[in-house]
Amino acid sequence: MTEVLAKSAKQRRADGETPLVEMKDMSIAFGGIKAVDHVSVDLYPGEVVGLLGHNGAGKSTLIKMLSGAYQKSGGEIRINGTPVEINSPRDARANNIETIYQTLALADNLDAASNLFLGRELVNSMGLVDDAAMEAECRKIMGRLNPNFQKFNEPVSALSGGQRQSVAIARAVYFNARILIMDEPTAALGPHETQMVADLIKQLKAQGIGIFLIDHDVHAVMDLCDRASVMKNGQLVGTVDVDDVTDDDLLSMIILGKKPASAAA
Amino acid sequence: MSDTTSQPSLPKVERNIFQQLELDVRLLGMIGAFVLLCIGFSIFTDGRFLSPRNLFNLTIQTVSVAIMATGMVFVIVMRHIDLSVGGVLAVCSAVMALVQTRFLPETLGLGFDHPLTWIIAILVGLAVGTLVGGFQGWLVGYQGIPAFIVTLGGFLIWRNYGWMFTSGQTIGPLDANFLKLGGVSGTMGEALSWTIGIIAVAAAAWVIFNARRGRIRHGFPAKPIWAEATVMGLVTAAILGFVWILNSYNIPTRKLQRLYEARGETMPEGLEVGYGLPISVLILIVTAIVMTLVARRTRLGRYIFATGGNPDAAELSGINTRLLTVKVFAIMGFLCALSAVVASARLQNHTNDIGTLDELRVIAAAVIGGTALAGGAGTIYGAILGALVMQSLQSGMAMVGVDAPIQNIVVGTVLVLAVWLDIQYRKRLGAK
Repeated sequence: MTEVLAKSAKQRRADGETPLVEMKDMSIAFGGIKAVDHVSVDLYPGEVVGLLGHNGAGKSTLIKMLSGAYQKSGGEIRINGTPVEINSPRDARANNIETIYQTLALADNLDAASNLFLGRELVNSMGLVDDAAMEAECRKIMGRLNPNFQKFNEPVSALSGGQRQSVAIARAVYFNARILIMDEPTAALGPHETQMVADLIKQLKAQGIGIFLIDHDVHAVMDLCDRASVMKNGQLVGTVDVDDVTDDDLLSMIILGKKPASAAA
Repeated sequence: MSDTTSQPSLPKVERNIFQQLELDVRLLGMIGAFVLLCIGFSIFTDGRFLSPRNLFNLTIQTVSVAIMATGMVFVIVMRHIDLSVGGVLAVCSAVMALVQTRFLPETLGLGFDHPLTWIIAILVGLAVGTLVGGFQGWLVGYQGIPAFIVTLGGFLIWRNYGWMFTSGQTIGPLDANFLKLGGVSGTMGEALSWTIGIIAVAAAAWVIFNARRGRIRHGFPAKPIWAEATVMGLVTAAILGFVWILNSYNIPTRKLQRLYEARGETMPEGLEVGYGLPISVLILIVTAIVMTLVARRTRLGRYIFATGGNPDAAELSGINTRLLTVKVFAIMGFLCALSAVVASARLQNHTNDIGTLDELRVIAAAVIGGTALAGGAGTIYGAILGALVMQSLQSGMAMVGVDAPIQNIVVGTVLVLAVWLDIQYRKRLGAK
């Protein structure tokens, strides 16, 4: 957790290093509608790439091909330069890709520890689920992420939006993700909790994790991301370095689908 | 974990005695209702309802439905339903009856009451049940046909396969060893029953102690000692009380005499021998323990509940929910076959209408026992208690002499009322 990055993501890009993730020429269609149409994006270690666009622009769909929820109909995914096949959430996890979904993807009837370890339960020597060990691990990581969290023995349906979000984030962080996908992680949160997530993103970025951040909020993207890829009608409008553009530039990319002349990233 | 400085400390909620004991309030409610029922019927039958004889019969009558109800919990928790359990029970019973009365003795020439007959018959029956269940699960999970439809079809299909195989005849008498699994004909006697009871108490103590040790080792809050002791006391009383009741039902003197005569001895004067724990009840207890273990302590169980709580979340967590559906229905099929063993052995024959309406009794038992049809919630012990409540209601009313139509009206009303109460309880709790 103390890994110090020798270079910034920007430098790595300038030096032509192999990206952590490359999604090349990705396509997917649902019943004849091209939800994602030949889109390419990439991501470097320690970088946050924002994916912007209207509802239905295809940003969630694009990223679900990386997280294994959807299967691509065309294109290629490379991780550290090696082509990988991701056909299920399990494949994604095997490649250290963790996803925090917009809908939170928690089982409401289970407690925090059960959700944290869902699909990857700790078992004892007899192969039985070891709830006490999982609760102990859960208490440890929640102590780091959200020290006020106390409801360890209640189903997550009893938690607030922020508490639920911290369970979802804990799940992604606990299993040493190298690539993190966050689909509107602050959509259901209050200002205080939003700040908590923002701090966490910065912390993870400093550890060299690559993050795809899907968001509606241009300001959040400008604040947290290194680059932003804007989509419209299933196609990529363009990818820009956030330092080179203004909020208005990004907005016009989202609304008009026009790439500003000033940005050539 | 102790970083509560930045936040006002959580409001201290006054914990009542039930919360401190960490007993399930719903469970207590059900036990309370059951006790009231028993007292009520006991008054109207001059105590006959609570006689050891009736309690013994009640127990063995409950077993078949209760075994299936434990499986129905999993099915309903997964947001499915199984309307075919009575039919699957019937076809398993038919196959087992044919194997033990025709195929093994005649075709294979083992003769009647061969020591292997009952084992082979049961294994074949369990295989048939598991396959039928698994096939229905495949139709639901992989082909996407709603479970309601698949098992509504199965409701018609499987029973009538049984009819076809047996040409609608009653098949019997069944193998002598097989019959011991039905209830009265196979009990363990007083000494063995007490032994099993004491082993059960020891096992319960071990489980409670281990859970406590685990929590303390990880530094979690544990229940106060007095609460653990109270729970242990209640469990001990329940187990030993149950054994005591079953032991107090004596084998009728005439039957005992015949047993002694068969061995060429004379019965000592004034001898009293209790039936003890029926093997069928032991089968139910083992089933309940295994199913509870599966539900609480295995990945399979965890995934069943997770899928019931949020199917998308389960899928996205890498759980193969389709295969899980097959497994759950296969377990249900296996338990239908196990019930078929107990039910046909109790009746001493395979009859064409065995298990008729069992699907409704089983679903009602699970639902009365607190399994939510919306999925994600349910307990094994609840379903068994639910089955017991249903059976008590039915046989209690029969003893009191309530007319048949009114019996059914009452049972139906109780089902609806139980679910209504459950909804009110959940509302007050603020849970969904």
